[in-house]
Amino acid sequence: MIRCLYKGVQVPAEPSGGRTPVLRASGIVKSFGHVEALREAAFEVYPGEITALIGDNGAGKSTLVKVLSGVMQPDGGTIEVDGSPVQFGSPQDAAGHGIGTVYQDLALAPDLSPAANFFIGRELLRPGLLGRLGWLDAGAMNRRTAEELQRLGVELKDLNAPVASLSGGQRQSVAICRAVAWAERVVFMDEPTAALGVVQTERVMRLITRVREQGVAVVLISHNMPQVIELADRVQVLRLGSRVATYERGQADEHLLVAAMTGAVNQEVR
Amino acid sequence: MTALPLASRVQLRRLAVSSTLYLAVALAALIGVFTALEPEAFGSAYNVRTVLTGASILLVMAVGATFVIATAGIDLSVGAVLVFSGVVAVKVMDAFGGSGWGAVGAGFVTALAAGCGWGLLNGLLVTRARVPALIATLGTMGMALGLAQVITGGNDLGGVPGELVTTVGQGRLFGTVPWLVVAAVAVTAVAAFALAKTRFGRYTLTIGSNHEAARRSGVRVDRHVLKVYALAGLLAGFAGFLSLARFASTTIAGHGTDNLQAITAVVLGGTSLFGGVATVIGTVIGVFIPAVLQNGFVILGVKPFWQQVAIGAVLVAAVYLDQLRRRARQQH
Repeated sequence: MIRCLYKGVQVPAEPSGGRTPVLRASGIVKSFGHVEALREAAFEVYPGEITALIGDNGAGKSTLVKVLSGVMQPDGGTIEVDGSPVQFGSPQDAAGHGIGTVYQDLALAPDLSPAANFFIGRELLRPGLLGRLGWLDAGAMNRRTAEELQRLGVELKDLNAPVASLSGGQRQSVAICRAVAWAERVVFMDEPTAALGVVQTERVMRLITRVREQGVAVVLISHNMPQVIELADRVQVLRLGSRVATYERGQADEHLLVAAMTGAVNQEVR
Repeated sequence: MTALPLASRVQLRRLAVSSTLYLAVALAALIGVFTALEPEAFGSAYNVRTVLTGASILLVMAVGATFVIATAGIDLSVGAVLVFSGVVAVKVMDAFGGSGWGAVGAGFVTALAAGCGWGLLNGLLVTRARVPALIATLGTMGMALGLAQVITGGNDLGGVPGELVTTVGQGRLFGTVPWLVVAAVAVTAVAAFALAKTRFGRYTLTIGSNHEAARRSGVRVDRHVLKVYALAGLLAGFAGFLSLARFASTTIAGHGTDNLQAITAVVLGGTSLFGGVATVIGTVIGVFIPAVLQNGFVILGVKPFWQQVAIGAVLVAAVYLDQLRRRARQQH
């Protein structure tokens, strides 16, 4: 199935065949005033897998994703990338470790082209003196964007048209491809199909599968249980700020997932 | 890679440039009509020079306003900053003896520094103090104009070095193109390049389009916005220096509506008040539509007040069209 790409790292005894998680969080604590959003939450992402993160509203999904993508700093706990402890002070720190995020609002600049959006904050400059003056290398950025879109099988009519002129599914695809272009390890996707119709949802789901085929691990946050069961290689359930259950593909049906989300099932009693 | 049928590509391009194109056509039509009606008076070299010179100082300010509005900001202080910069520049040139190129140089640096200073203050108020730009720049407008009047006692200062007035103010390059126009064209060309082709311009548009997206991607949004307001202030200071050269006076009372004229030009030029969409060439057209209309009405003997009526209506129509465009593309 999937090769262990990361040798020479001590491998803890895990139910997942002894592989090292590409991203691992343990004992994550985060409070907002008196509200404990995360209570020693644990979470693992294995290379080349789609991991679903599910939970009822208020279970702490968003907070956990923000912590793991560098948007928020936890009050306690450890985060490891390929077995080495790391600290994320900003989304850029996380990006430096190959971890990217597709935000629910997509974080696209609607008036700019897909290529311009791909390179926000990472603009390519022309070589030499022109580049030092800040002259953009629009050609190179367009080519790289076209390559990335093609690699993931996304077709756009015009790379120079503003993102706002694209359909919802195309916008989602641009956001996903952008994240994958810069994240070689893990991409978080927050409700990537929540705002889409049936056909577009189908397309984005295929895109998510292709991302996995490119060797990038996907963390899928979704309320759509059939989608989670169809896509995810592993499902981790959060409830009241802690993980309460982990299932591998085929181990859980919709009823079991809902039961875990609502507290009827708890694998990790503390 | 993106092998598109040529037809659809051309179509899309056309859509993208359409608003600028329409404006250019509108301006050309105005010029055509006035030239046809009054070829002698309107088309004369003297008249063309008058229109260009008259518009050049406003153009410098409007270019700065283009960047500010591209970030979804606004700057009401430009006219007041122009006056303040002129006043302190005259004071400094006075201190340097009131004549000679040394004094002119000192005045130039002073005007730029004063303008940049007000721009930085605007930027700090907007980014650090989080005062809405409308209010922050309304406040600095009052402060800059008030201070200019405190310094001068409310009376215009003369005493602008003759060298400055006879060269920059009234001189012409090759005996034909006024230096004021040359200065405005130079500023406009550099700014057009900066907005469309450089990282500075790209950040400006990205922040205007979605500042949160820019911030999450690691763009230092506040620092960039600060730079943009500083640029607008700097250009207002430069305009103040050009104004001294042209009028040999501080013209304290003459710039009360500069801010609104600059904003009108920018918005007429297709730059969106909501940020993210802006071109400097559009602003150039937006400066010249009112200028040509005013000039043409005067020559035709139409009461020039009609110019204000016409521009007001066109401005509202331009923003309405921008709104329609935005709504249309949201419905995808």
